[in-house]
Amino acid sequence: MEQNIQSIPKEKFTFVQSNDLMHDKKLATKPRSYMADAFSRFCKNKGSIVGALVIIFLLLYAIIAPFCTPYTVLYKDTYLIKTLPKCEWFANTSFWDGCEEKTLNKETFQYYYYMGEETGHNAVKNQEFVQNGKMYTFRLDSYHSTGCIYKDVEESEYELIQKYQDETGIQVLYPIIPRNKRPSSVADRGNANYYYETTMRNGGTQIVLDANGNIKPVYKSHPVGMTGNDNYTSRMRIKGDGENGVEYEYALPNDTGYNIRVNYYEYYIFQHSYVLKDGITKPSFLFGTTEGGQDIFTCLASGALFSFAFAISVALVNMVVGAIYGAIEGYYGGKADLIMERISDILSAIPSVIVITLLQLHMGAASSMIVLFVAFFLTGWIGMASTTRMQFYRYKNQEYVLAARTLGAKDSRIIWKHIFPNALGTLVTSCALIIPSMIYSEVNLSYLGIISLTSNGLTSVGTILANGQPFLTSVPHIVAFPSVFLALLLLSFNLFGNGLRDAFNPSLRGSE
Amino acid sequence: MYMFKYILKRIGLMLFTFCTIMLMCFVLIKLLPIPINAGLGQDRELLEARLRERGYYDPIMVQLWAYITRIFTKGDFGIGINMPGYANQPVWDAFVSRLPPTILINIYSTIIGVPIGLGLGILAALKKNKWQDQAISTGVMVMIAVPSIVYAFMIQYIFCFKLGWFPLIMKDGYDYLSWDMFRSMLPAVLSLCLGSIAGYARYTRAELTEVLTGEYMLLARTKGLTRGQATVRHALRNAMVPIFPMILSEFVGVFSGSLIIEKVFAIPGVGALYLTSIQVLDYDFFMLLSGFYTLIGLLAGIIVDISYGFIDPRIRMGAK
Repeated sequence: MEQNIQSIPKEKFTFVQSNDLMHDKKLATKPRSYMADAFSRFCKNKGSIVGALVIIFLLLYAIIAPFCTPYTVLYKDTYLIKTLPKCEWFANTSFWDGCEEKTLNKETFQYYYYMGEETGHNAVKNQEFVQNGKMYTFRLDSYHSTGCIYKDVEESEYELIQKYQDETGIQVLYPIIPRNKRPSSVADRGNANYYYETTMRNGGTQIVLDANGNIKPVYKSHPVGMTGNDNYTSRMRIKGDGENGVEYEYALPNDTGYNIRVNYYEYYIFQHSYVLKDGITKPSFLFGTTEGGQDIFTCLASGALFSFAFAISVALVNMVVGAIYGAIEGYYGGKADLIMERISDILSAIPSVIVITLLQLHMGAASSMIVLFVAFFLTGWIGMASTTRMQFYRYKNQEYVLAARTLGAKDSRIIWKHIFPNALGTLVTSCALIIPSMIYSEVNLSYLGIISLTSNGLTSVGTILANGQPFLTSVPHIVAFPSVFLALLLLSFNLFGNGLRDAFNPSLRGSE
Repeated sequence: MYMFKYILKRIGLMLFTFCTIMLMCFVLIKLLPIPINAGLGQDRELLEARLRERGYYDPIMVQLWAYITRIFTKGDFGIGINMPGYANQPVWDAFVSRLPPTILINIYSTIIGVPIGLGLGILAALKKNKWQDQAISTGVMVMIAVPSIVYAFMIQYIFCFKLGWFPLIMKDGYDYLSWDMFRSMLPAVLSLCLGSIAGYARYTRAELTEVLTGEYMLLARTKGLTRGQATVRHALRNAMVPIFPMILSEFVGVFSGSLIIEKVFAIPGVGALYLTSIQVLDYDFFMLLSGFYTLIGLLAGIIVDISYGFIDPRIRMGAK
């Protein structure tokens, strides 16, 4: 038979169809890649678009915010603590102005009221109040409620303040109160806001008023023409100084320098704009300050940035490790799968608290940040591995894989070229869903105090929450801002992740 | 018979995992030096001598053997070293004395959570794609996504402080079943069960919608049952089969989730004990409580696995 075919002369063969070449129809439409398809599906889901936008917004906040404020995480202030959120644009309204409505008794109200009378820095906002029987309702400005403080300074600083006063025309120093005229109660003796005559009654300090109902200032003074021992050379003097033949004195000399009385608000500005020159022109905290005097706006941004960086880098590394591990498990199966599955089973059953604690004890010297990273690298990839493994089990016996194998493709080629691309969508989705859970665990661990990320100018959202919790009832904003941030972030990550899942695996839509 | 073997296999694997983790934990802990904080009027050397007598400075393998034999023969899990309030006291007794608040909070949260969660899930499934379903699904999504720490603060601020319905933190004392105690536990219970409610509702809705589309539901209706009868007698019963193990495993799993809630509401439970043991480095406490939390995690997993084995024979056979 074969010889017969061989013996047929060449000329006798003709084409079956000589006039028309056979071919498939040309594809008229443009090809559309898997990713483009998924993207268009993703864009149809309004919820996930909103989620993505919120995530981008929060991410931008975390990145940009530290550049927008002069404050850093290391910035701390001893007096301006627990101040309320204040935005300069809203300063004249009764919203977001750093003030809080208070209803207090007469003594406390007068304490705040006369603070403003002396320095012009009104602790009672605009010196407006409503009297209702024995109680006074007013807006207490948390930035000015510190009022004046006594401070021991060296001579050089005393002179610097005077120089600053003369250059800017701003009164920082206020007349000093002689020690014997200060309130006699121990609690109030160091309080520089009692610049008037007081008396001790019922265990509390009370104001002594003159016949006209005015306060009686008790500044240290000397007759005009004489010189005091305060070396006050500045031309800035408060109203009433030099009248009635007396001049006020602005400092009490002591062993190391002077005991002075400064308005803290102005002293703060002097310190930051004149001495430290760190760009802070006046205290104003968008989100208020913590109990330690840190700016919440900056701390939250820094904590958020850390959370983002941590979660994304851990998720990426885990995705790579998990994909490789899961691919080997799923593709080879059998004994290798059994042993590797056991290992990941054991690792995944260890509560993260134990891992972190043990690592911290053994890595003692290393910073908590490294401990955190190592702990999450150690156990974080397991979810990814099992996802990849499942996808591999699903695809490895399909006909096209068998065909590739028949054609002689190597294992590595089948794994990466033929099966892995099918698992990619699921992997990306689980990556997006893992990021919020990483952030959540990090916040939890730092809230519980198991890791502390407060060193080296770092902070964590969980740390802010833990430190602010004792003041939840008095200054709820310390806890409120991180909580809102956390809720928004996790909610939008969930929306985003669900949208991604629907986009990559349309068949899973609706099943949570 | 097949089922029996399957359960045995799962339990065997679980025990293997548990023992491996505990062994690693033990060795890693014993590699560390023992920190002794001698308090006022305490002699450091005396404390050390007491520990030496109990074999705390022996080679690790000897200690391991002693540890295991002590546990199995005397039920002795060691003594507290640095634990404030529990120094030189048996670890096991301290653990048992701290259990009631933790267990009570979990029980209350299950009692409150299950009916509400199932109810919402059933309502959503019956009103599928109507506004009730949309509202419940959105609420469930929010409750699952927002972390429990945020609810805890909200509940503490709004209900405990602003409205004054509950005390801010849990009441002291040991009268765990009194009304005052229950009232002081409620905020913690609420913050704990919000997450589980969402979980139950979502799961119930998914299961029930699947069952409701089954053909036997149509048959039940053609037999003449009303919609309510068909739902209660046929759909709900079938849907409950996978839901029930989920409730069990959630109940077990919630124990480990209550660390945060216990800290927020200052509950003198196991969680607080665990956190303190980490802070003061009391290793015997740490070992016991780590074992407790690991076991809880494993149990929650195995309950689901075994019950799925009952429900779905394919899983039991090892899905070949």
